[in-house]
Amino acid sequence: MTESPSPPVTAPALEMRAITKRYPGVVANDAIDIDVRPGEIHALLGENGAGKSTLMNILYGLATPDSGEILLDGAEVRIGGPSDAIARGISMVHQHFMLVPVMSVADNILLGAETMANPIFLDRKEAHRRIVELGTRFGFQIDPDVPVGSLSVGWQQRVEILKALYRQARILVLDEPTAVLTPQETKEIFVVLRRLADEGHSIIFISHKLHEVLEIADRITVIRRGKVVGTRAPAETNEDDLAALMVGRNVQLVVDRGESHPAGATLVVSDLKVADDRGQESVNGVSFEVRAGEILGVAGVAGNGQEELVEALTGLRKPTGGTVSMGGRDVTGAGPRALQQQGMSFVPGDRHRFGLVLGFSLADNLVLTQYDEPPYVKGLLRDEKAIAAWAKRAIAEYDIRTPSANVNASTLSGGNQQKAIVAREFSRELTVLILDQPTRGLDVGSIEFIHRQVVAKRDEGAAILLVSAELDEVLELADRVAVMYRGEIVAVVDGPTAEREDVGLLMAAGRRAIPPVASDAVAEPGPTATGLS
Amino acid sequence: MDVLFDIPILGFIFQFLAYLVDAIFTTNLPAQTLQLATPIVLGALCGVLNERSGIVNIGIEGMMLTAAFVGFMAAVVVSDAMPAAEAGIFGFTPALVVGVLAAIGAGMLVSLLHAWLSISVRADQIISGTVINIIALGLTGYLNRLIQPSGSAGTLDPIRPPAALLDLPVLGPVIQMFFTSGPITTSVIIFVIVLQILLFRSRWGLRTRAVGEHPRAADTVGINVIRVRYRNVILGGVFAGLAGAWLTLEFNASFQNGMTANRGFIALAAVIFGRWTPVGAFGGALLFMVWEALGIAIRSDPPPGDLGVFLSGIQATYPSLYNNFFGALPYLLTLIVLAGVVGRSIPPASVGRPYVKEGAT
Repeated sequence: MTESPSPPVTAPALEMRAITKRYPGVVANDAIDIDVRPGEIHALLGENGAGKSTLMNILYGLATPDSGEILLDGAEVRIGGPSDAIARGISMVHQHFMLVPVMSVADNILLGAETMANPIFLDRKEAHRRIVELGTRFGFQIDPDVPVGSLSVGWQQRVEILKALYRQARILVLDEPTAVLTPQETKEIFVVLRRLADEGHSIIFISHKLHEVLEIADRITVIRRGKVVGTRAPAETNEDDLAALMVGRNVQLVVDRGESHPAGATLVVSDLKVADDRGQESVNGVSFEVRAGEILGVAGVAGNGQEELVEALTGLRKPTGGTVSMGGRDVTGAGPRALQQQGMSFVPGDRHRFGLVLGFSLADNLVLTQYDEPPYVKGLLRDEKAIAAWAKRAIAEYDIRTPSANVNASTLSGGNQQKAIVAREFSRELTVLILDQPTRGLDVGSIEFIHRQVVAKRDEGAAILLVSAELDEVLELADRVAVMYRGEIVAVVDGPTAEREDVGLLMAAGRRAIPPVASDAVAEPGPTATGLS
Repeated sequence: MDVLFDIPILGFIFQFLAYLVDAIFTTNLPAQTLQLATPIVLGALCGVLNERSGIVNIGIEGMMLTAAFVGFMAAVVVSDAMPAAEAGIFGFTPALVVGVLAAIGAGMLVSLLHAWLSISVRADQIISGTVINIIALGLTGYLNRLIQPSGSAGTLDPIRPPAALLDLPVLGPVIQMFFTSGPITTSVIIFVIVLQILLFRSRWGLRTRAVGEHPRAADTVGINVIRVRYRNVILGGVFAGLAGAWLTLEFNASFQNGMTANRGFIALAAVIFGRWTPVGAFGGALLFMVWEALGIAIRSDPPPGDLGVFLSGIQATYPSLYNNFFGALPYLLTLIVLAGVVGRSIPPASVGRPYVKEGAT
């Protein structure tokens, strides 16, 4: 990286030179160069499968490069494994947290880097002290004795960061740290990261979320198909530029949705009440209708009843009151099966739990909601030919990248898993389509694709309910936006003309006018507020 | 008191309780319970070590049986070779010491097989355990018939603590309880306490538990999951081996086919009952085995009064039911525990799942 853009050049804390790694049939890393300076937040941007993870696995000693060298503070090193990496001050925060839920925060942090009172026993007291001290230094109080499983995702992430700091990491790799966080939590974690960088830590921030990268990074390196395609400073680039670099072509970040031509109300919900797992009413008397040929977006901060609403509409949860009707017919309390038969399709928010059977083949997953209907059955048996034919068509039409239709769904990347679900649900005859977080954790290419499909379905006349924690997604797609706050719909605004700030305010406070105290932002508890969610 | 005893039906219960209290304080019921529970506790410790590090072990039974056989044979061979050898090592004959060591070795060896199958070959761990049980039963039975060992090496004698210790008020009888049977029984309580402390307070314990719960998390902080699992499974074999030694070198002085009599499975129930902790499993084992001890006590010293009359009436009418009832109780309790009556207990999250290191991305 000779043409590093930002002027104050310090010696890099880490340099990876000409790293090449081949796997059978694919060059995962093709002569990648990257350098990270002390105190720098360096974003690594790329689509799923671009080679970011491979590069980081090499840095962390989980994979051995075929060629290339790694330099720490200018000296070449060989990293034999995670413990080697940790010993050299490199720590990794994995996308799926590497925490033991039943163990305490302290035990999780200690694991593998135990503070010992003597050769046999742990010194929990000293560990306790050091953890609290570290937390305070970086701006959050944490109780080391609570089980990790009882913490919110945002706090679990802090535990992961503490784990790295406890090992005196100087170089911190964060793999998609915001994928599981709410926008609020993301903001909080950014504060922590900035503080770490200010103290001289180097941070490698892996992401495919463009606006986040622009917000947090000092430099951005973009990887595509195993190659570095560019390094930018946030000031000299923008989302469109980065997306084009990442995907290799111009990407339409905002799908042109065109005008909607809604017809009669297809899904009518009136005074719906739903209780959550603890029996608390989390949807209290919601009424709305979705017309054929329109997308109704539901915006709201996660946990304001959207999940329960979706579950009640799709038959996964019995409502405690109110009615739902579809095409004029009362379907209140009907099961998922009955709803499907009446023309409801559903893309669930948790694709692993509800959307797919991970141990089944892609082909089987593609007929999961139609396996017992013609043409996929012949008498009592499955019609394998018809299933195979459909799978082949779905793979082509929905651009599912897979070696074959017979691989387990678990082997597909998140984006391709989601495309498989979309293929299955969108290809049925449907009048109502419920989408719950349809693009969570996906890369821009897949998001663009799925958004196009959604708009196409709308234009075919489907009544679509889109629930998403990504406000941008709701604003881009929805013809009307309903804002949910504490189990109620506090406002319905016109989609194309909706103001981002206006909807944001409604999401956070449940009303537009806010007493004169806070001006632009919402009263947010700072990262130091409380430990537990 | 006598008034209570005379109440119809309910009187039986009062009489039984009175008998129980009497048995606890005047007979050796506690010592007997501890003795009978010993192989269960040792087997359970083996189970705890395995399951805490993420390996299901239903082969404890086979490990115990193999160890019992090998230990016994080794002891007989040594005692034949030096029949006149005087008690030398800590007051035990060399034959018995060799026997115990051989039993431990056999336990470790069978554990190594289980470890290899479950960890390296990544075979189904239930199948691996079942295979071990079947092979152990068949092979020991076959070899026993083939060799037809004559003679015996005797049994491990109880260790005699200083008399002053036993004369202590209150504590004396408790200490007595631990020293009534042989040294393996005596040592069980130490193993339980030491393992309990190590499991929750030592580095080894922390790593073991992490490996059983979330091996990948352990791996990413540089812990060798495979090594931790091997080590713990083989260490578990030490305890299964000791349980075997108890069978043929302490409690009995001979080997019989299938003499473990499913104690390995009761041990597993004790593990679950005790929520995968050594002390809990110890409690479970005592709870299961107190019934067998009670059965022995009742047969040798029947309770007086109506209850006695009633029991001897049953004994006369249904002798086989009567003689087997108490012996069957531990198994019945095991069933109840395994059916989940004790409430849901949550096993280590990764138990039974082989660990595969993350490969190419």
